Amino acid sequence: MTAGTSGAFLIAAGVLVLLAVILLYRVVRGPTMQDRVIAVNVLGTNTVVVIALIASALGQPGYLDIALVYALLNFLMSIAISKFTVERGGVI
Amino acid sequence: MTPLGWLGLAFVIGGIFFTTVAVIGVIRLPDLYTRAHAAGTADTLGTILTLVGVAIVGTETVPRLKVVLLVVFMLLTNPTAVHAIARAAYDQGIEPWTTEGNEG
Repeated sequence: MTAGTSGAFLIAAGVLVLLAVILLYRVVRGPTMQDRVIAVNVLGTNTVVVIALIASALGQPGYLDIALVYALLNFLMSIAISKFTVERGGVI
Repeated sequence: MTPLGWLGLAFVIGGIFFTTVAVIGVIRLPDLYTRAHAAGTADTLGTILTLVGVAIVGTETVPRLKVVLLVVFMLLTNPTAVHAIARAAYDQGIEPWTTEGNEG
C-alpha cells in the first residue's frame, strides 16, 4: 500500500462520516419510529465501511474484527427493534 | 500508485457514489417504504463496492479473507434487516404513500 492510496482512503472515510452526519437529520426528524430505525441502520452500515477503510489506510488488521462485530450488532439491533414494535412475533 | 491501487480506488469512489445516492434517498423520499427501498438497495451496493475496493488494495496490510467475509455478511444481512423493519411497519398499519391527494 502506497501513501497515495492511504490518503485517498482516509479522505473517503471523511466523506462517509459527513454523510452519516447528514443522515442524523432523518433520525431526529423521522415521523415514525421505523423511519428512525432505517436511518440508524444505514448509519451503522456506513460506520462499518469507515472502520474497514481506516483499517486499510492505517495498516491495522485488528480493526476489521471490530467492523465484523459492529455489523453483527447492527443487524441484531434492527431485527430486535422490528420484533419489539409488533405485538406478536413472526416478522421474518 | 500501482494499477491495482487505481482499480481499488475506482471501486471505492463508485461505492461512495452509491452511498451518497442512498443517503439522499433516505433524506428526500416521501414515505417509509420508499426510504426502505433506498436503504435496502443503493446502500447495500455502495457498501459492497467500497469493501471490494478495500479488499483489492489492502493485500499486505489487511487480511483479504476477513474483508470478503464482511462483504458476504453485508450482502446477507442488510436487505434482511430493512425488510424486517418495513414488514413490522406494515403490520403496525402504516399506510403506503400514494399520489392521491398529494398531486394538487
